Amino acid sequence: MSETEIDEETGIDTTGHEWDGIKELNNPLPRWWLWCFYLTIIWGIGYTIAYPAWPLLSSATTGVLGYSTRAEVAAEIAEYEARNAELRTALANADLTTLPENPDLNRFAVAGGAAVFRSHCSQCHGSGAAGAKGYPNLLDDDWLWGGDIDTIAYTINHGIRNETDPDAHWSQMPAFGEILERGEIDQTVAFVQKLSGQEHDATLAEAGAVIFEEQCSACHGEAGLGDREQGAPNLTDAIWLYGGDADALHETITYSRFGVMPAWGQRLSPSDVNAVAAYVHQLGGGE
Amino acid sequence: MEPSENQPLYAPQEPIFPRRVSGFFRTFKWWIMGITLGIYYLTPWVRWDRGPSLPDQAVLVDLAGRRFYFFWIEIWPHEFYFVAGLLIMAGLGLFLFTSALGRVWCGYTCPQTVWTDLFILVERWIEGDRNARVRLWNAKWDIRKWRLRLTKWIVWLMIAIATGGAWVFYFTDAPTLALDLVRFEAHPVAYITIAILTLTTFIFGGFLREQVCIYMCPWPRIQGAMMDDSTLTVAYRDWRGEPRGKKHQNTVGDCIDCMVCVNVCPMGIDIRDGQQMECITCALCIDACDDVMEKIGKPRGLIDYLALSDEEAERSGTPPRPIWQHILRPRTVLYTSLWSLVGLALLFALFIRPEIDLTVEPIRNPTFVTLSDGSVRNAYNIRLRNKHGEPRQFRISLSSEQVLRIGLEGQDRNIVTLDPDSSTQQRVYVTARPQDEAASSDRTELRFWIEDLESGERAYKNTTFNGRAN
Repeated sequence: MSETEIDEETGIDTTGHEWDGIKELNNPLPRWWLWCFYLTIIWGIGYTIAYPAWPLLSSATTGVLGYSTRAEVAAEIAEYEARNAELRTALANADLTTLPENPDLNRFAVAGGAAVFRSHCSQCHGSGAAGAKGYPNLLDDDWLWGGDIDTIAYTINHGIRNETDPDAHWSQMPAFGEILERGEIDQTVAFVQKLSGQEHDATLAEAGAVIFEEQCSACHGEAGLGDREQGAPNLTDAIWLYGGDADALHETITYSRFGVMPAWGQRLSPSDVNAVAAYVHQLGGGE
Repeated sequence: MEPSENQPLYAPQEPIFPRRVSGFFRTFKWWIMGITLGIYYLTPWVRWDRGPSLPDQAVLVDLAGRRFYFFWIEIWPHEFYFVAGLLIMAGLGLFLFTSALGRVWCGYTCPQTVWTDLFILVERWIEGDRNARVRLWNAKWDIRKWRLRLTKWIVWLMIAIATGGAWVFYFTDAPTLALDLVRFEAHPVAYITIAILTLTTFIFGGFLREQVCIYMCPWPRIQGAMMDDSTLTVAYRDWRGEPRGKKHQNTVGDCIDCMVCVNVCPMGIDIRDGQQMECITCALCIDACDDVMEKIGKPRGLIDYLALSDEEAERSGTPPRPIWQHILRPRTVLYTSLWSLVGLALLFALFIRPEIDLTVEPIRNPTFVTLSDGSVRNAYNIRLRNKHGEPRQFRISLSSEQVLRIGLEGQDRNIVTLDPDSSTQQRVYVTARPQDEAASSDRTELRFWIEDLESGERAYKNTTFNGRAN
């Protein structure tokens, strides 16, 4: 369309656009609209001067206000850190057993501990802290080395069977495949099954009782209740770190097990260690 | 394409000097203005006992605490559907009124109309009626013009400040904030909000006026789509008025072309040109024309509330349909029914809503935990809400057809204490002993109860317990 078409009814030009017979009038815009448009242009120019805007070869203009989102985030983080500094100091020096008496500090510890747990502990213990074969479930009421909050904190601090911390929990079960005959191991397995109330071969278990008395009771106790001083598991309960069926027990007794946990005290701050301890302690199994 | 020579790309704003008018609709609009402005300015100052921890304000939008208080009603964020419901009702209500009465919202109750009306009132008090204002507009900027203009702008500005000021009172305790504001101790956000709303009120009410309706507001277009030929709108009976002419000329029509309908129009249009987008149906031209018709001894109603469908009837001499037939149509009945349905649903939801509330989040990572004695334990995060103004103690219990035991993390008894108007999350353990059926089965239904130990109020939520077979 090159000819201007004038609407008869109103005497106003049409834009030349037509939809199913409906034409659009080319009414003039209000003048103030034009001024608003110019204002936005001026605003835009001012904005690109004040704030980072124009891309350069390796970076962009920084703007005269020197604003950057990274700096803002860094400042916000620093502000939160500063606000939490007092709580962190308090948590690092806190008597953990009385932590619930201080609800604010306790809430801070549990929330912070949950975050630390997800970053550092969930790889082995699972995001829900339910563990896996060889990695203890932290939700239940069974603890190898103790489930009161101070012991949990100690375990986190020093770890288990690691080479880096001389104070790590340490114990080692012998690989009885080198000590006992295969038949004797079968008997021991039957006795351990009996201890934990599973189905078992009574005659084998009777013989196994003698072997258990000689070989196992020093650590696991005569009744098989375990010993937290040595991290020796309770063999009478329903919880098995490596499985409680005959095959798993056979493997454990023959080759032994050697679970390792790092000394987190070397990697985390004291307040973070206490925070994780508080978090783990309130998961449902804390003593 | 090029515009024709006489058509500019941009048009300056034509000044409009609405003339004073009196009559039924003008009086009605004064009342509406008084009531709506009264509600807006005074509501934050209505007091209501909210206990020691909250301002005693009847209508309070507590953004920091994420609560909305309206007299005895308290809305929490998870009950936002009430707000959604009210918005749906507002939408349906607008459909209803627009299909029955055209742009009645625009003409009577829209804030832009109400404040512009108020600003025009102030303008008339200070600068005089239409003719005086036209003269002043054309006058040189001498001392008198400056004095009148500055007086007007200052009064406008004060109204604008009061408007912006009233807004912030809805969000915190009004008397405290008012004191803080005059002592310059209030939060910068309050001052910034007031400044922005002052500026928009001043500019929109004082200077942009009809430009807002014509160019900024989307409603005129949307409402146009909701009207039909039975909708009552302000219209000119041209079959009665035309041909128009001066009273003493020998013309047939009733219209004496006195231009009073044009002079009173706040939108600056001529209603005799027919229905047009600019018309907000404020009905002031009806009042003005009726006045003239009475003076010249002609029947009222040359300009009137009319439906398009009436035109045919009236032209042919048959009496127009009664007003109720215009309003009571399948379409309006449908809108009214939908509107009422939503309203009733909201009322119902409001009245069955307990003052205490809980939500249950079963922890499914892991689905269950085996304890050393072989028991199976499930954990749940229960969020408890106390909507009372004082601290309350809640007992958490469960009921199920199977044997299940309940225990609370960190609590010796199954009792949780909640602060006033707050919520808290409590982890709850449910355990089935090895010999219990729930331990070995797949899923067991259970119901958590909370009981307000003071009032005895109870609430529950259903959930399931996962056994070893899960």
